Amino acid sequence: MTDPLYLLQAAADTAGAYGRFPGIGARNAVWIAAQVHLMFAAFVLGVPMFAVVTELIGIVTKDYKYDKMSKEFTRLLVFAYSATALWGGVLLFFLTTLYPKFWGYMARLFGPSMWVYIGIFFFESFTLYLYYYGWDRWNHGRAKWGHWGLGVLLNVWGTTVMFIANGWLTFMMSPPAGVTAETLPEQIGLANALMNMTWMPINIHRLIGNAVFGGAVVAAYAGYRFLAAKTDEERAHYDWMGYVGNFIAISTFIVLPFAGYYLGREIYEYNQTMGITMMGGFMSWLWIVQAVLIGMLFLAANYYLWLGMGRIPGAERFVPYTKWMLLLLLLCWLVWATPHTMLASREEMAAMGGSSHPFLNVLGLMSAKNTAVNIMILTTFLSFLMYRRANVRPTVSWAKNGTLVQGAMFGLAAAVVLFYGVYGYFVESIVRIGFSVYQVAAVILCIVGVTVIDVLLGRGAQSRGEIRWGQMPDRSQYALFVLAITFTWLMGLMGFARSGIRQHWHVYEVMRDTSTYASTPGLGYAANMITACVVIFLSLVSVIFWLGGLAESAAHKPKPASGD
Amino acid sequence: MSQRSGLPFWPRHAFWQGVALTIVAYVLFDWGIPALRFVGIPSAPVPNSVVVEFMFIALIGIFMYVSENEARWAEFKQPIQSALVNRDKKWLRSSLLVVLPLFVGFMTFESTRPRVTADIQPRSIHPAPPTSITFRNKTIQLAGLENPLRKQGNLEDHMKEGRRVYYQNCLPCHGDLLDGKGHFGLGFSPTPLAFDGGNLPLLTESFVFWRVAKGGPGLPKEGTPWNSAMPVWEDFLTEDEIWSVIIFLYDQAGFKPRAWEAEGKEAAHE
Repeated sequence: MTDPLYLLQAAADTAGAYGRFPGIGARNAVWIAAQVHLMFAAFVLGVPMFAVVTELIGIVTKDYKYDKMSKEFTRLLVFAYSATALWGGVLLFFLTTLYPKFWGYMARLFGPSMWVYIGIFFFESFTLYLYYYGWDRWNHGRAKWGHWGLGVLLNVWGTTVMFIANGWLTFMMSPPAGVTAETLPEQIGLANALMNMTWMPINIHRLIGNAVFGGAVVAAYAGYRFLAAKTDEERAHYDWMGYVGNFIAISTFIVLPFAGYYLGREIYEYNQTMGITMMGGFMSWLWIVQAVLIGMLFLAANYYLWLGMGRIPGAERFVPYTKWMLLLLLLCWLVWATPHTMLASREEMAAMGGSSHPFLNVLGLMSAKNTAVNIMILTTFLSFLMYRRANVRPTVSWAKNGTLVQGAMFGLAAAVVLFYGVYGYFVESIVRIGFSVYQVAAVILCIVGVTVIDVLLGRGAQSRGEIRWGQMPDRSQYALFVLAITFTWLMGLMGFARSGIRQHWHVYEVMRDTSTYASTPGLGYAANMITACVVIFLSLVSVIFWLGGLAESAAHKPKPASGD
Repeated sequence: MSQRSGLPFWPRHAFWQGVALTIVAYVLFDWGIPALRFVGIPSAPVPNSVVVEFMFIALIGIFMYVSENEARWAEFKQPIQSALVNRDKKWLRSSLLVVLPLFVGFMTFESTRPRVTADIQPRSIHPAPPTSITFRNKTIQLAGLENPLRKQGNLEDHMKEGRRVYYQNCLPCHGDLLDGKGHFGLGFSPTPLAFDGGNLPLLTESFVFWRVAKGGPGLPKEGTPWNSAMPVWEDFLTEDEIWSVIIFLYDQAGFKPRAWEAEGKEAAHE
């Protein structure tokens, strides 16, 4: 029976601590506001990274189309910033009115950082306007470099803003050692609270994640404009843009799992309970959902590249291999998505002799999954390489040997990955965990080594023919939509895993959630909520895409002849 | 339809390849994996939820295969368009109009018809242990905790003691072979843990101590319903008896307990 004193204490803690929200309740209101704000924040942090990189490529290569693309995206940012600020305002008002006690605690602790945050946000907005409206004015000579510097500054402001906000949310999950319910916010110290144990892992994970997201959004925008294009010229431009977006999204995505692994490790280091809840406890099914979604990402990215090879002269020589690569990707995806503990009826469990399958159980362990993921990364990289090499005829004398060395690097990396994957079954967990480092190192070394050789091989190479930009089937563009939608969904789902492992705490083991919404929602409920947030976000992004097209068509409208 | 052989099921046709691959994938997942038993590989029927997941993945792959270029995609769509539009395919449309609703109806009936068995209750298998527990009014820090008996006395004696504890208390459910198939074992859902599988080496001894000491009622609130019938053994066994039965279990199952990471241990003690 519950201790009456505890109930009295809980009632005293709860009085005036929470507000009510009609219909969906306070927690869902804050959930939607926070999630949509975060998605827009990822948009306005990811796309400037993309814009500043492509602007630099445009300056260095003197290829105008890169510059045009950067500007096109900066125009979208102007709209997206308003949406980000608006949802941020909604979140702030919801927090102050619905969770006043919690927000009061956070404000007492983080007050000065909140003032700095808003100050930097002001600078960021002003820099964006200068960056966009000064584009045509500062488009030549030294002024262009100055303009590019504004783009870099925009990213510096954006990243700083994100780092500050990350300090607040990571404090909620990993408050510094020694902080208890009795510790006054003033005693914790701002720097101590901000730079907590999961702060830097989240910073790195989100920074890379935003770059991925920026590329995916760009690719989806290009896909939308490609499908709506009326001329071959437009189709060619947006086809090329979709390729660049997909390239940046996938190439940065390849390193994202390593950053995620670092974050997961730090969570374990901070608190074993939290780590097990996330990976083996009630959040563990999210990792199977994640495996299904990321598998879909890999396949969509490869599908896009393989279809794209249809418009590259010389790519025919690689086409026979793609079906085998598809088979390999599918086998790896099946392994990755195989659950260790299965959803089974009583009869099925009796037939299996428990909730693990006697044969598939082997594929449910980390050794198998790490191996599958690394092979998928290698295969996707091979697709990129084939795409890149499709219309290139190397002229260097060592071309054949270079290609052989590249092949050997792939073979060696795959062998290392497989060896440690299999060997992992014969050693203790503590040793097995270390094997993933060797697997990752082999894959990264292969990617770096093969890329360096490829760049050198490409020097002075002859072209087998121009890429026929614009000659892409429509379904390839839907693959780009799949990328953007899946990334958005993944952000929400895995964000829930990170946030949900706090369970019934506002600040883990420091400030307890005593509201009626203290229980952690079930996965089905959470998945529905996140899907709703994804729909809201993507609907608003569609409006932004439409506005982008509207503004451009207005800008290009032919002037009426004089005398009209 | 390909003309080379004149046969309607010409295997190079994208549509029929798609159909054949779908059937092959289903047969492989639903019958092939369980059939591994007949070649000496331990296996069992694959749960329906996993077959559905695997088929989802297979169908995406098959779609990619049949649409890898424009010619194959057009070839794949051709019989579908033909069935929907062509005048001479009216018989097929009429048949589909009858067969498809019947099939959907049958599937709906199959998934909703009353059964005597209980519904599937998804649950997590690895509950997260608390940082510390109270064992008979004594606080024990679980994080970083090693089995104290491994550094005390004679290991053989602990093993003997563990065997005694196991056979007097655990045997009826966890079984003589440590396979979770004791006399009472199959009466429970979930069934008792089998120690001869791959679970023990994934767990630290402190985790097992917590599970034995606190039993089903001590499982964390998240992830409920656990439905575990495991008793709270701290009411019946001493601390040393639990540690000794853990030594016995790892020894009999032939596994080493999961070790703590040095860095993690320090961090956990902060």
